[in-house]
Amino acid sequence: MSPILKTVLQRLGLGLITLFAVSIIIFATIEMLPGDFAKAILGQSATPDTVAAFQKRLGLDRPPVERYLNWIGGVAQGDFGVSFAGLGGLGGGQETTVVSLVAPRLANTLFLAGLTAIVAVPLALILGMLAALYRNSFYDRIVNMVTLTSISVPEFFVAYILMLLLAVPHVVFDSPPFYALAKINFDMPFTERVMRSALPVMTLVLVIVAHMMRMTRAAIINLLSSPFIEMARLKGVSPRRIIYRHALPNAWAPIATVIALNLAYLVVGVVVVEVVFVYPGIGQLMVDAVSSRNIPVVQACALIFAATYILLNLIADIVSIVTNPRLLHPR
Amino acid sequence: MTLLQDNSREGAMPAVAGTTALPPRRSWRESLLRDMKHAPLSAWFGMAVIAAYVVVAVFAPLLAPYAENELVGAQYEPWGDPFFFGTDQLGRDLLSRLIYGARNTIGIALMTTALSFTIGGMLGMLAAVLPGWVDQSLSRFVDVLMAIPQLIFALVLLSIFGSSIINLILIIAVLDSTRVFRLTRAVALNIAVLDFVEAAKLQGEKLTWIMIREILPNILPPLVAEFGLRFCFVFLTISALSFLGLGIQPPTADWGSMLRENSTLINYGDVTPLLPAGAIALLTVAVNFVVDWFLHKTSGLKD
Repeated sequence: MSPILKTVLQRLGLGLITLFAVSIIIFATIEMLPGDFAKAILGQSATPDTVAAFQKRLGLDRPPVERYLNWIGGVAQGDFGVSFAGLGGLGGGQETTVVSLVAPRLANTLFLAGLTAIVAVPLALILGMLAALYRNSFYDRIVNMVTLTSISVPEFFVAYILMLLLAVPHVVFDSPPFYALAKINFDMPFTERVMRSALPVMTLVLVIVAHMMRMTRAAIINLLSSPFIEMARLKGVSPRRIIYRHALPNAWAPIATVIALNLAYLVVGVVVVEVVFVYPGIGQLMVDAVSSRNIPVVQACALIFAATYILLNLIADIVSIVTNPRLLHPR
Repeated sequence: MTLLQDNSREGAMPAVAGTTALPPRRSWRESLLRDMKHAPLSAWFGMAVIAAYVVVAVFAPLLAPYAENELVGAQYEPWGDPFFFGTDQLGRDLLSRLIYGARNTIGIALMTTALSFTIGGMLGMLAAVLPGWVDQSLSRFVDVLMAIPQLIFALVLLSIFGSSIINLILIIAVLDSTRVFRLTRAVALNIAVLDFVEAAKLQGEKLTWIMIREILPNILPPLVAEFGLRFCFVFLTISALSFLGLGIQPPTADWGSMLRENSTLINYGDVTPLLPAGAIALLTVAVNFVVDWFLHKTSGLKD
């Protein structure tokens, strides 16, 4: 087996183990529920019988290991259980599966994140490389200042400023070109969905480009100061050839890491931005579920977020190993 | 910050003294003054802003024209006399709530960061001085915790324990301490293998003595810079949670929840909701500027 394949398989295994441990932690949180939790969900008037029935419905009368295996087995088959929201009446109310709540929201969030990535990644890489090449120039200083500021500023601040500047002048809200509230659904034509998501995408792009371009700049500067680049320069190789033949092949690893890390950051940033723009995504679903303490939905969302996060970090790892065989031999 | 920094210098002395004849050391007061003179404009701006925030937070009851939760007028009164920034959705004076908000928001974030550094720093140094199963189990546990995005994990825990200020502080502090643990362990490992630590061990010093008197003074500069960054992060996380309605609960005046409560005003072109948001943003920018300068100075980088 080639050493690269072996290392990649190792990383994959490690990722699976991490995912397993994370699922245990997310599941274990339900064990920490205070004893009066059923009452909090069912209301103070719940009789002891109702409480007992509720706990039985959740399986709280069975040992934790069995429940975990049931839960994770269901998750593996795409079944995240039943939402608490319909359980109030116990038998009377309609049961809603978590999947039916999460799936459409997840699709919306992936749409938002995808749009953001398509705009942000090339933009950040170009800006970062330019800043690294023209280092300490006026351009570099300005970019440095602007990005440091926009990194420090919270997402909701950026979001509301954009809303105030771009959307509010069109006081009739549901009018192009900018919508203050991104209420989209999949029945809309593609272009309209893009138009309506413009403001959340712009907010996320602003935040993420700042991070990504700073990291790209640092990675390239680090690379350009290495001895083999200096050697090439001293040999009289043209600057263009230095970039394409000497620097770029070695830059893929750090750049891939930068992209993956920032897409992972996007996973978290999306929560706040979705709430600001009332975007019907998984982040908002999770926030609503937390405030109504709808634990199965919270667990499902958390697992999805964590899995995405782990997956992106794993991809970054693997890309950097594949493009840079030196990493196979850690010192 | 500066107080901690001078400790580190004095603490580092025994390790250095005796090797070569050093030029006479400046007292920490002199070197502080010297550093301040050479600080760039952005760092000065940052320090001035931080000082202003601290003054507002400490003297909140003297500065605020009205009490924190006093209903003084109608809802959403406009800016001007008698309410400088108008009133909020219940008719409370917005300026007063902004001023009290400084005290509550910064206070809670500061407490959380301090707690997170106590937990993370102690465990990190413990892992550094006790290699083997202590280090391994702590590190692997932290790895798993860090595999879940922090805000998401905080949301899960808040849904279990419910939102209260104590829960908020504990949850964020524990989650944030994982990052502090990583950093402390990494820098402490370099110190833990030095001769004077070995000597202290042979001398039979207690574990706490080795951690606090031998290692801690030598790893303070990176920790101080990290404290600034972690404070920003904690502050933003708590504000974000409050903004989502899951952090600091009403009626406590807090910038995140104030933004949430007044956010509908933005639809009418009113900039009032930007005041608490701007207050949050300005403080984090200021702290970042100062930390940036501090890092640049202590790392000795000439970029």
